[in-house]
Amino acid sequence: MLKEKVIIAERLTKSFGDFIAVDHISFEVEKGEIFGFLGANGAGKTTAMRMLCGLSTPSSGKAFVAGFDLFQEAEKIKKNIGYMSQKFSLYEDLTIRENIQFYGGIYGLSKKQIQDKTSYLVEHLHLQHYQNNLVKSLPLGWKQKLAFSVAIVHDPAIVFLDEPTGGVDPVTRREFWELIYDASERGITIFVTTHYMDEAEYCNRVSIMVDGRIEALDTPKELKKTYDSASMDEVFLKLARKAVRGE
Amino acid sequence: MKQFLAFVKKEFFHIWRDKRTLFILLGMPITQIIIFGFALTNEVKNTKMAILDFSKDASSSQLIQKMSISKYFDPTTVLLNYQEVEPLFKKGKVKMVLVIPQHFANDLQHGNQAHVQLICDGSDPNVANTLSTYATAIIKDFQNTLVKEQKLPYRIETDIRMMYNPELKGAYSFVPGVMALILMLTSAMMTSIAIVKEKEMGTMEIILVSPLKPFGVVIAKAVPYMLLSMVNVATILLLSVFVLDVPIRGSLLLLLSEGLLFTITSLALGLLISSITDSQQVAMLISLLGLFLPTTVFSGYMFPIENMPLPLQIISNIVPAKWFYFIVKTIMIKGLGFSYIWKETLILVGMTVVLFGISIKKFKTRLS
Repeated sequence: MLKEKVIIAERLTKSFGDFIAVDHISFEVEKGEIFGFLGANGAGKTTAMRMLCGLSTPSSGKAFVAGFDLFQEAEKIKKNIGYMSQKFSLYEDLTIRENIQFYGGIYGLSKKQIQDKTSYLVEHLHLQHYQNNLVKSLPLGWKQKLAFSVAIVHDPAIVFLDEPTGGVDPVTRREFWELIYDASERGITIFVTTHYMDEAEYCNRVSIMVDGRIEALDTPKELKKTYDSASMDEVFLKLARKAVRGE
Repeated sequence: MKQFLAFVKKEFFHIWRDKRTLFILLGMPITQIIIFGFALTNEVKNTKMAILDFSKDASSSQLIQKMSISKYFDPTTVLLNYQEVEPLFKKGKVKMVLVIPQHFANDLQHGNQAHVQLICDGSDPNVANTLSTYATAIIKDFQNTLVKEQKLPYRIETDIRMMYNPELKGAYSFVPGVMALILMLTSAMMTSIAIVKEKEMGTMEIILVSPLKPFGVVIAKAVPYMLLSMVNVATILLLSVFVLDVPIRGSLLLLLSEGLLFTITSLALGLLISSITDSQQVAMLISLLGLFLPTTVFSGYMFPIENMPLPLQIISNIVPAKWFYFIVKTIMIKGLGFSYIWKETLILVGMTVVLFGISIKKFKTRLS
């Protein structure tokens, strides 16, 4: 069975002057997959992700996202992806409802769609009592769950998550991952960077970047076998130690 | 378009939720107009004056009456001797004393020459100067009425007519100046802060990933402040017409259009500022130092540009407020039409286009 490829990167490179942040990386991501994108700080994972989102223009290489050429059809890509950044990305001085409505609005959803989405999300995240509260009054974990839901409010083909669970407790992180599984089951491809190795275990496949290159790419199980490790933590340490450049 | 409207709506939520800033933005023109219009005035009105009249004859009382019917002086304090003068100044009860020596009427009629003395409070030189000019003018006027009766063979009279502002009201120049200042503040500073805030919060990235065009984002952020600025223009005009008695002699529509143009110029400046910095504080500092200072100094409403050294005069040309100030003054005070301000308008349009061009380019290059 041939699965649909939603991200294809071929020798994708980004250099800033002499510094090669991302060095000829090639990989493919299948539809509905949860793809973990790992690497130490400064390994180039955020830069790679920014290129795939259209926030940064690649220096060379080829890439297709959601079936569109990154160089030719950036505008079409934008309609088909969602993005959640490291920084918390909702408007604190807007209510939960208004945030959902705003993001639905800028993705061009119809009034009806926005209404349905809003009620669905509010109910799904158990926020009925808080829907008209300002976002700044919510605990961080809730905000992040909401931010994720908002990032996929337009049912994109792919959602890019850049270290989405920074600073939250393990219980909330678990809940966050349930949302991710949920989205993946609905056919949304998840492209996620993380520092937490327990999260890497939740991914279908994991790539590990070292010094701008992809050193390893496989399922967590295979990776552990290949590198003869008991956990992803060990795999990561073995690979990351090779790194020459620091932060 | 729908996306655009959703963005504008969100922008209004931001402004509406931040009540304190909103209050300041809308209240500022009111306080500015009131401060500039009333407190910073250099007009003379009902100044307390004391009279030391040694002659107490028909002519002297005529002169005193002349002083009191003018609305500039209020000569209600009557003194009896010189000893009373200084304590009065020390207490600050009066600003000026008019001394009429003995035999005033007699000297006038027979000697053809009489003296009066004006004593001013020189601790406040500007006021003293203005007051003595006004008082001298009244005395001269009084003299002229006498001369007319006597029919001297020749005399030259200087008739000074202050065009457009016969009473030399300060408000005539403050109102256009305040308008330039306020528009600069609401448009340039607030827009730059609003955009930089998105960068600081990390929401800008999310927006840039969305299908919204960068240009659309920038315009959507500017629209609410443009509306706010137009509200401020209306406030300033209403206050100046109904409170300060400054007329709008020219076309109101033209005035509003020019106001809109200057608002857009300021917005472009705000965009430029937001494209060079990522922090709200820096944006605010740049706006304050880079915009307000030049606006106040170089627009010409506080300090006449003609009196500045040549290099500063040249610099003043790149300050948009200078041209706007001229435009507003021409329309409001002189009541002239577009044919008198098309050059200045063109300069503002040119500045706006260049500023927009630079900031859009900067905005785009930031992405790669």
